[in-house]
Parts: sequence; structure tokens; C-alpha cells
Amino acid sequence: MLFGYEWVTGQGDLAFAASILPMLLLGLVVTIQATVAGFFIAVILGLIFAALRQSRFRVVRYVTGFVVEFLRDTPLLVQLFFLYYVLPEFGIVLPAFMTGALALGVQYSAYTSQVYRAGIEAVPPGQREAARALDLTERRTFTHVILPQAIPRIIPALGNYAVSIMKDVPILSVVTVLEVLNVAKIIGDQTFNYLVPFTMVGALYLVLTLIASYLVRLLDRALPKTGLPLR
Amino acid sequence: MSEPIIRFDKVVKRFGALTVLDRLDFTVQPGEKVSIIGPSGSGKSTVLRILMTLEPIQEGTIWVDGHPLWHEERDGRLVPASEAHLREMRKLLGMVFQQFNLFPHMTVLRNITEAPIAVLGMSKQEARERAMELLELVGLADQADKFPHQLSGGQQQRVGIARALAMRPKIMLFDEPTSALDPELVGEVLTVIGKLAHEHDLTMLLVTHEMRFAREVSDRVCFFDQGRMVEEGPPDQLFTEPREARTREFLKAVLAPQE
Amino acid sequence: MNWTEYLPPLLEGAWVTVQLTVYSMVLGALLSFAAGIGKLSPNWAIKGLSVVYIEIFRGTSLLVQLFWLYFALPLVGDLIGINLRLPPVIAGVLALGLNIGAYGAEVVRGSLQAVPVAQLETARALNFTRRQTLWRVALPQALPEMMPPFSNLAVQNLKDTALVSLISLGDLAFRAEQIRNFTQDSVTVYTIILFMYFGMALVLASFVRGLEFWVSRWRARA
Repeated sequence: MLFGYEWVTGQGDLAFAASILPMLLLGLVVTIQATVAGFFIAVILGLIFAALRQSRFRVVRYVTGFVVEFLRDTPLLVQLFFLYYVLPEFGIVLPAFMTGALALGVQYSAYTSQVYRAGIEAVPPGQREAARALDLTERRTFTHVILPQAIPRIIPALGNYAVSIMKDVPILSVVTVLEVLNVAKIIGDQTFNYLVPFTMVGALYLVLTLIASYLVRLLDRALPKTGLPLR
Repeated sequence: MSEPIIRFDKVVKRFGALTVLDRLDFTVQPGEKVSIIGPSGSGKSTVLRILMTLEPIQEGTIWVDGHPLWHEERDGRLVPASEAHLREMRKLLGMVFQQFNLFPHMTVLRNITEAPIAVLGMSKQEARERAMELLELVGLADQADKFPHQLSGGQQQRVGIARALAMRPKIMLFDEPTSALDPELVGEVLTVIGKLAHEHDLTMLLVTHEMRFAREVSDRVCFFDQGRMVEEGPPDQLFTEPREARTREFLKAVLAPQE
Repeated sequence: MNWTEYLPPLLEGAWVTVQLTVYSMVLGALLSFAAGIGKLSPNWAIKGLSVVYIEIFRGTSLLVQLFWLYFALPLVGDLIGINLRLPPVIAGVLALGLNIGAYGAEVVRGSLQAVPVAQLETARALNFTRRQTLWRVALPQALPEMMPPFSNLAVQNLKDTALVSLISLGDLAFRAEQIRNFTQDSVTVYTIILFMYFGMALVLASFVRGLEFWVSRWRARA
């Protein structure tokens, strides 16, 4: 029994599959919540890293560069364990879900910071020069010229990382988060039937990533490549 | 006159709604050097690309060396050609491209020996010897071990000519071979093509904007406009007393002294 | 227990991680080229198989794939009467290789499609067969384009090996967890192995950079 639902065994795989679907769907809700939370942290933290990399102080730029590289080159699983076991030693006790979302956010901030940088660097240098010729201030150039052209490149790339985050959520099962794979594993452990729940999780993921990738493509097409009319 | 080596019979080529060649009739005799001139978009490069089997045709028949190019004869009828037939026909033809199209990852020598070894089954030794002879012919024997990016455009195009010749074609197609070159490099390429024209019995088809060269090297010049051959004739006649008004206009425009 | 005493078991685990990375990278590279080239094949069966493989392994989570191969596949074996109980190493290498291969296949396909059409036409004019065109003209020119994304995938693959610790394979992450369980000294243990992974990633990335230099030796250098 899980989440108040009973699984049906001994009446064939179809009945079993039907009986565990509600549990898996509840797990899927947690998966999506973790994706959203992790993505949110990654978007913010990545922006901070990207800004620090533009700092006037060389030390700040170098240290940030090293931190980003370090986060990108080390496994999410190990970062997760690190946060899970080390944070409490500094008196920070978070629910497993929050630790998991934080780990996702930290790992992916390394990627999102790169997205911001690439998006801004992709704006042709002539645009900056034209703005200077028009005597726009640095600040106005950034908010009215650079950003509107960079954002349509940045958003789809961020969307792709959201899909990647979703595929990494099952790792949170190691710190007891009840996302969809963990639910399937528990069902398998109890019923000794791993085939049905794991195959169902695979199918659910396939559907979810197809939908998500489709949405990202829609978004990409909806954004004007010539720049966003910001006010 | 002998049997033509190339014969276009009411050939139609369309790109979507655009008709590029409109029921074209056109023949070339063995060993003949023919230049095709005309404004851009006249379909002159398309003639070469169709002959090289890079573009299919929609209607009509093309005969090369007595065989249908884009068709095969089966039970006395012409059916669309198989890849095997096209491969057989391509052996007759060699092409030199406007942008040279050398293989950037191969040395000059490999560019020339690769196809003879892989396609003709020539031994490495023989292919190398042939390649060195051809490099001698185009004046680049000392560049054999360089990569294309280390050569000038004119040198690259001369390698392109040697590469096409290495396949021993009966017909050589030159698709605007000097259009992508800086003016000072045009001469060396034209010299090589001129040498080929005068000293070999190759059939040559040359699409070009170099009017003086076309006049000097060709047996016959064809003026193309809007998918049709407007006029053809010996170079001296076509350049000095063209019969058609459109030919006159075109020649006047391209031969006008540069300001 | 002094932190230096952690090192022998951690190095043992690191060696397992290195082996896993190498084996799955070789498998993944083979699959990348097979499926990447297969997706461009005119043969619909080969094309279809490649597309299905790529979509399934890119569309689901690596951990799901690993658990499926390790826990669910034996049950498939029972159904059809074959022993499909994979040792953890095999399940790990298979899952990692299949997963990274699907991502690599898209890199291979994209790089092949980026080869200029003029090059393919020239190959046709010189009467190369489709296969000769692929091997002699298209692939050599596509390889340098593949290397930067391959470098990212290789590091991704190295990081992903940590997941096999979850099917009790004694890799670096697994050893670390053992030591942490025993000593409760989580800060030290995890700091050490984070740096060990980081070091391995740098070595791996520089290896791929060397490879990139080698496959693009014919290019003009700025």
C-alpha cells in the first residue's frame, strides 16, 4: 500500500499496472515540483554567476569561473550527498525535497550561467557600437538594446535545461524524495515485480519529455528573433 | 559530321514553378570546345550540372557518347536511369567547379589520387605517378604535399582541374572556373585550360564570363538567355556580328569598357 | 581515522570509475556513429531503428534506464526463458553507453549534415559511392565539428558513472558513501571526492582536446 492506494497482484500485469498508475502519477507530481523548484534556483543562481563573471574585479571573475567549472564537472549525486550530509553540520536542516531541489539548482546554475553569457555574446558587436554612436548610456544600451535581442536566444536554451533537470530528478530518490522512480522502486521491492512499474516510468518520462520538448520548440518559434519589444 | 558526343533533345528543367531550361536542343561534337555565355539565371550552369548528373531533368532526353544519360533502354523503351547506370555514365565526364571544391582534409596529392584509387581501382603507385604528371601539367608539382588552405585560389583551381583529369574523362565541364578568383589569379587558370584545349582532343564545355578567353579558345560559342539557346556560332562571327538583338545587347553590356 | 587513510579505498573506487568511463565511452562512441549515420540512411528500417533508439534513450532518465536494465530486464528474461540477470558492471556500462550514445548520435548527425553540399556533389562528380562519400569525404570533415560537444558528453558520462553506486558497484561515489557511513566525516570525504571527480574531468577534457587537435590537423590554424 502506498499513498492510500492498494496494488492488485495475481490478476495479470494489466490489472497490476492499472492499480499502480495513481501512485506513479502522484510520484510524477513530485517530479514536476522538483523540476520547477530546481529550475527556479538554477535560473536565479546562474544569473548571479553570470553577473559575477562580468565583475570589475579580476579576483571575483576568476573565482566565479572556477566555481562554475567545478560545479559543472562534478556529479550531481555527489553534490546532493554533500548538501544532504554537510549542511546539517552547519546547522542548516532542510527537508529532503528542498535539499534535492537545491542540488539540482546548484548543478544546473553552472549551465544556465553559460546560457546567459552565450546569449549576450551572440548579439552582434555592431549593436553595441551603434548604441554608443547614439550616445545611449551603458545601462540603457544593456536594457534596451542588448537584452531584448539576447532574451529570445536565452529562453529556449533555458527550456532545454529544464527538460534535462526533469530527467535528473530520479537521483533525488537517494535522499528519500518520493519522485516517480522512487515510487516505482518501492512498488517493485514490495511486489517483486520491477518490470511493470519501471517500464511505466519509462513510458511516462517519454511522454513528458516529448511534451516538454514540444513546448520549448513552440516557445522558440513564438519568440521574435529580431528582438523582444521591451518597455 | 560525325555522331555528336552530347545531344540534348527537348530537355526541360524546372525548379518548382521556375522553368530553367525550356525544351533545349543542343549538340556537341567529339573533341569540340564549346563556350556557353549568357547573363546569370540563363540556365547555362544548369546545363553542366545536368550533364554531371547533379541535377535531374523533368522532360526530354540527353545522349552522351551514344547512350541516354538520365535514362536506360529496357525492352526498347527509355526508363529512368538507375544509380548503376548513372555511375557508368559519370565515367565519361569530369567537372571543374566555380568554388574549386577541393577536399580540405586531403593533401593536394590525395585530392588527385583518391578517386582513381577508390573508384577506378587504380594501384597507389600508378595513381601517384599519374597525379604527379598532372601536377606537372598544371605547374604545381612542388605543391603535392600541401593542404588546399595553404594554396592560392588560382593554385586550388589548377589542382581541381588535375583532379578531374585524373579520372580520364572524355568530356570536361568547366563551371565558371575563374569567377571566384581575384583578378590577378585568373590568368594562370586560363593558361592551363587553354593548354588543354589546344593540346588535347578532350571535348570541353566551358561556362564563363571571360569573353576574350572564350573567343580565343572555343570552336563554337553559345549564347543562353532565359532557359533557351538564343544564338550559336563560331566565336568570330558571334562576337563581331551577332544575329540576334539580345546577343548584341548582352555583348554590349559585358564588353563595355570599364569605367 | 585520519583523512589520509581514506585515500586507498577512494583510489580503488576511482579506478573503477575510470574503467566504467572508458568502457561506456567506447560503447557510446560506437552507438553514436551507428545511430547518427543510421538516422541519415535512405533505408527506412535502419533510419527507424536509429530514431527509436535515440528518442527512447534521450527521452527517459538515465537512472530509469539503469534500474530497468538491472531490476526489470531479468524479469523479461524469466518470461522468455533466458537468464538476463546482468552483473552490476555490465548493467552499468550498458546503461551509460546506451544513454550517452543517444546524445552522441545527434551530434554525429548534426555534424554530418553541416558538411557543405558542394563537397558531396564533388564526391558524386568523382563517382564515389554513397559509402565512399561518407567515409572518405563527409566523416573526416565532420569529425572536428563533433569534438567540442563530444568533450561535454564525455564529462557528462564521467559524472553519470556515479549513479552505478546505486546498484552497489564499488565506484568512487560508492566508496565515499561507505566511508561516510563508517566515520560520519562527511565534509572531508565528499570534499575529497568532489576534487577527485573534478581532476578526472579535467584530464578527460584535455584528452578530448588532444583528439580534436589530431582530427583537425588538416585545418588552417589561426
